[in-house]
Amino acid sequence: MAKIRRNEKREMPALNTSSLPDIIFMLLFFFMSVTSMKEVSYKVQFKNPQATELTKLENKSLVRYIYVGTPTAEFRKQYGAETRIQLNDQFAEVNEIGEYIINERSSMKESDQGLMTVSIKADKDTKMGVIADIKQELRRAYALKISYAATQRTSY
Amino acid sequence: MAKKVPQINASSMADISFLLLIFFLVTTSMDVNQGLARRLPAPIPPDQKAEDKDINKRNLLVVKINSANQLMVQGELTDVKKLRERAKEFILNENNADYYPKVFEEDFVLNGKTERIKYTKDHVISVQNDVDTQYQAYLEVQNELVAAYNELREACAKKYYHKSYNELDEEDQKLIQKVYPQKISEAEPKNYGN
Repeated sequence: MAKIRRNEKREMPALNTSSLPDIIFMLLFFFMSVTSMKEVSYKVQFKNPQATELTKLENKSLVRYIYVGTPTAEFRKQYGAETRIQLNDQFAEVNEIGEYIINERSSMKESDQGLMTVSIKADKDTKMGVIADIKQELRRAYALKISYAATQRTSY
Repeated sequence: MAKKVPQINASSMADISFLLLIFFLVTTSMDVNQGLARRLPAPIPPDQKAEDKDINKRNLLVVKINSANQLMVQGELTDVKKLRERAKEFILNENNADYYPKVFEEDFVLNGKTERIKYTKDHVISVQNDVDTQYQAYLEVQNELVAAYNELREACAKKYYHKSYNELDEEDQKLIQKVYPQKISEAEPKNYGN
């Protein structure tokens, strides 16, 4: 005859979590492969302009960045809301670009020096005067391969 | 009896990998680095004066962008969306019009065969912008001009190689680039009509 056991405590069986690390590692590797390391922390804010004929910047070690935009909120008090240039981790003036490029180039391997690409990451509302100044400065420093950072436009 | 190996407590493994995951999430960014690749002209040596290259008027397509981001092509107010077709028409000059660049006929070796192709050797597209032009407007114009060249090259690759331009190897791409050389000149910004 069946016996109804009332008093016996029912315990939840322990959940087997041995595969959890594997799952998390999988996630980790996924993120590691699709994302890229941030080059610097941004002191200027910018929204990339849109374009369609984009090429990917292949070799990261050959690319140097120039950021152009308005200072972020925390720096606005100090630097104002005018368009500023950021090189590496610091605000810079236009005439410092030449020196920056030359320094960066000399730190590269000699065989790579001619392949250096400068990526201009500028806000889409930047005035062309600033961009033109940067371009002139880059020409003078013989950094002729440039890339205007942009995002893919899907439609007009 | 074989000695039993005590089981290692792996319950903290998940925590460790979570930590790593979060670290990577914070330090990396999702955006891919892509952009419109351009090449700047070499600087003029200081002992040399800037010379205005004399370009035949018919070989020149002047694209001006003013401070209000309006576009003017050869003196006509134009929409950016029409620029690509306009540039292609200019580069090709299929009808051999006398107000478009002079057409040359030359032999090119494409896909192992010698092809006689008409092309405009000396055309130049000149982009002039104002100091106050918006970067987005400028980039749109550059983008359309590059797109015009890309479309022509693509058509050329399809015609002679029956392949997409991007699928060709570098040498063949260079051959096509010879047929459609990218000639976009940029003047220094000036103040045009405020």
